[in-house]
Amino acid sequence: MEDPRNPMYDIASEVADKETQIKADKLQTGFLSGNISRRGFMTGALALGVSMTGASTVVEQALAATPKAGGRLKIGITGGSTSDVLDPGQILDAFNINVLMGQTRGNMTRIRPDGQIEGDLCESFEPSNGGKTWKFNVRQGVEFHNGKSMTSEDIVDSIRHHMGEESTSAAKGIVSGIKSITADGKNTVIVELNEGNADIPVALSDYHLNICPSNGDGTIDWQSGVGAGGYVLEEYDPGVRAFTTKNPNYWNTGNEAYFDEVETLGIIDPTARMSALSTGAIDCINNVPPKTASRLKQMPNVKTLISTGNKQVTLPMHCDKEPFTDPNVRNAIKHIVNRQEWLDKVLFGYGELGNDNPIGPANIYRATTDELPQREYDPELAKSLLKKAGHDGLSIKFHAADTGFAGAVDAGSLMAESAKAAGINIEVVREPNDGYWSNVWMQKAFSACYWSGRPTEDWIFSLIYASDAGWNDTNWKNAGFDKLLLEARAETDTSKRRSMYVEMQQIVHNDGGLCLPLFQSELMGYRTSVGVPDVVGNDWELDGHRCSLRWWKT
Amino acid sequence: MKNLIIMIIKRLALGVLTLFLLSLLIFLSVEALPGDLAQEILGQQATPEAVAAIRRQLGLDLPPHIRYIEWLGGMVQGDFGTSLALKRPIIDLIAPRLQNTLFLTLYTACIAVPLAIILGMMASLFRNSYFDRISNATALSAISMPEFFVGYILIYFLALSGYFPSMANITPSTPLLEKLYACFLPALTLTLVVTAHMMRMTRAAIINILALPYIEMAHLKGIKPSRIIFRHALPNALAPIVNVVALNLAYLITGVVIVEIVFVFPGLGQLMVDGVRFRDVPVVQASSLVFASAYVGLNLLADIISTATNPRLMRQK
Repeated sequence: MEDPRNPMYDIASEVADKETQIKADKLQTGFLSGNISRRGFMTGALALGVSMTGASTVVEQALAATPKAGGRLKIGITGGSTSDVLDPGQILDAFNINVLMGQTRGNMTRIRPDGQIEGDLCESFEPSNGGKTWKFNVRQGVEFHNGKSMTSEDIVDSIRHHMGEESTSAAKGIVSGIKSITADGKNTVIVELNEGNADIPVALSDYHLNICPSNGDGTIDWQSGVGAGGYVLEEYDPGVRAFTTKNPNYWNTGNEAYFDEVETLGIIDPTARMSALSTGAIDCINNVPPKTASRLKQMPNVKTLISTGNKQVTLPMHCDKEPFTDPNVRNAIKHIVNRQEWLDKVLFGYGELGNDNPIGPANIYRATTDELPQREYDPELAKSLLKKAGHDGLSIKFHAADTGFAGAVDAGSLMAESAKAAGINIEVVREPNDGYWSNVWMQKAFSACYWSGRPTEDWIFSLIYASDAGWNDTNWKNAGFDKLLLEARAETDTSKRRSMYVEMQQIVHNDGGLCLPLFQSELMGYRTSVGVPDVVGNDWELDGHRCSLRWWKT
Repeated sequence: MKNLIIMIIKRLALGVLTLFLLSLLIFLSVEALPGDLAQEILGQQATPEAVAAIRRQLGLDLPPHIRYIEWLGGMVQGDFGTSLALKRPIIDLIAPRLQNTLFLTLYTACIAVPLAIILGMMASLFRNSYFDRISNATALSAISMPEFFVGYILIYFLALSGYFPSMANITPSTPLLEKLYACFLPALTLTLVVTAHMMRMTRAAIINILALPYIEMAHLKGIKPSRIIFRHALPNALAPIVNVVALNLAYLITGVVIVEIVFVFPGLGQLMVDGVRFRDVPVVQASSLVFASAYVGLNLLADIISTATNPRLMRQK
């Protein structure tokens, strides 16, 4: 797929002979890196025979690519609800993730646009005791919006907010591996884990684990919306609108948080989002339906932003229920999904083929196609697998609603059609969207689901695929897999770690109850009035939901 | 006059009973829905421990009848209760949104009611003329299209070209003129949706009256047709017209959630939909009571007006 963000114009493409091309390249890189002045670049380019238009295009693009301070960013975003609260433990969807994690508060750590982990409100961290004890150094000189200096106490209380019996946090599962978190003086936080985990810094970047000021009695003040992030929360109308202004004392001013003000609007309806973007009432939107993405391309001054991360479409089969108890049956089902057809017709091409393995493009240790060949649509193979399992034909029900993933019911019909060639009869049961997660998913033996993915292998494996995982939606239990999971978690040698994770992906692929046909791209649109860096985060949409920090007004 | 007062008192008592029965019905319906607030608010990430902790904190583990009686007890004292999800007094949630909804209703009514009545009267005056047919056909086409579609068409023609904003995301601090400008498209959409009903009723009611002997008498006296309609027919046709206007106004208050979504308008409908989605019973109860009161109140008002303007009903023994 072509890069939607019009790559930088290349003046070398205008000149014919090799030598001049090299000179032109040098000139352009020199200018872009700031070593050659604009004037020098223009005269040099014209001397090489580059057109005036070509050279000015580069200058304009370069100007647009240099962050400038000022202006107001207006975000049109989904996932807002009138029941939204500021409690970090109950952050549910995009609107609140963007406003609370991406604008007003920070976390201990965060994921960089290139996928690596870095310190946020803790500037650095180091493990000891085989990854069981972690020392986090609190960033110095950070102030909350109310003027209070941030210390280790705020961080400890913010994480404890999600821990313990009485916690109502949705992030309880994420911090369940933490045995204790304590302050060691004002500037250090010590995290003790139940078992070694090399990924704990990544887990602490989760969008629930915001740092809020401590009340001094072990609780935190989330009610006021005060944080230590790049923007100060001024107005908050749940699900409707949030308004923030630049935090003058932000620790990373100069490198981030360029806007003077950010206005976040909850816009549920996709058409309303698109028309507001096209009229310029807002600067950027998330969640563009693949069906209408081509419309964005026709709009003047609007660009499409595509990022493919770990957001995945899954079809969990319950390994403890007939007929899915036999791995041959599970693998037969995995072969009757025509993945390419799904990608073309359900996602309109905006995605990637999945390989029945939850480790995706935003993970580091994803198995290559050599290590794990792509599973294809193969009804003949499915038929023989069924025969091996002692079935002659099969009738199953597939439970789906668009809450599972957008287009799930249609996708189910495609699957029912392609399954016929293998003698499998699939009845697509359309379920109500309302209450889908409590009544259908994890209840029915074969259903539609999606996961937004997790940044680390350990996280998603222990969240869903370990035998005792809280959301084991396939009821799959594999002792070898569990053993590897524990070993890999504490392993600090990256190449050993990689081979373990690859092996685990092979196990899930060959034995698991997971059919994962697709990774879904996030489609976003933005106006050319905002500048977007070349590399944007793919951990979440809108540049990892940190567009307010990383983008700027052109 | 005495009749009127007795009627008002009777109707108010019936209204209160209706509201009580309705609140019971709504409570039972939300209870009957699968899942509860704790599960919905945690979504896909719900763990049994977190669900149990939320239930304990919010008292969702109490039996339903106790929760209902507690809620009713507060309600009788004028306390709408607290939103389970937001832990904020419901009155604070509802008040600004109700204000927005009433603003939009009033705005639409100011355009739609005079428009519908004038068009209806003119249609009855020029019965079966081209004017009659065209206005009827236009109004009927507008009402036949779903609201969101009308909204999208208006956005396409009037917003994408830059004449009006496509979003009506007003806040309490928006100045009135700007509010009127921002809400023009939703008001126009709703006008298109409700005009036909009121206009056709006006036309039918007046035509009915025009067939009566006393109108013929007026004709014979040589009175101008327009004066017959305004002075002689309209006052007698007012009762059905007022009723249908009331019905449409009530619809504008209660039924505009789709228009709210298309135009990003922070009205009461979205609050109730989110309330149902998250099983936030007190919010659902409060908003449905507001809606029901709008119906009961506007119908009562319509009856009062039609009684008061009809001497026969006023002097009835």
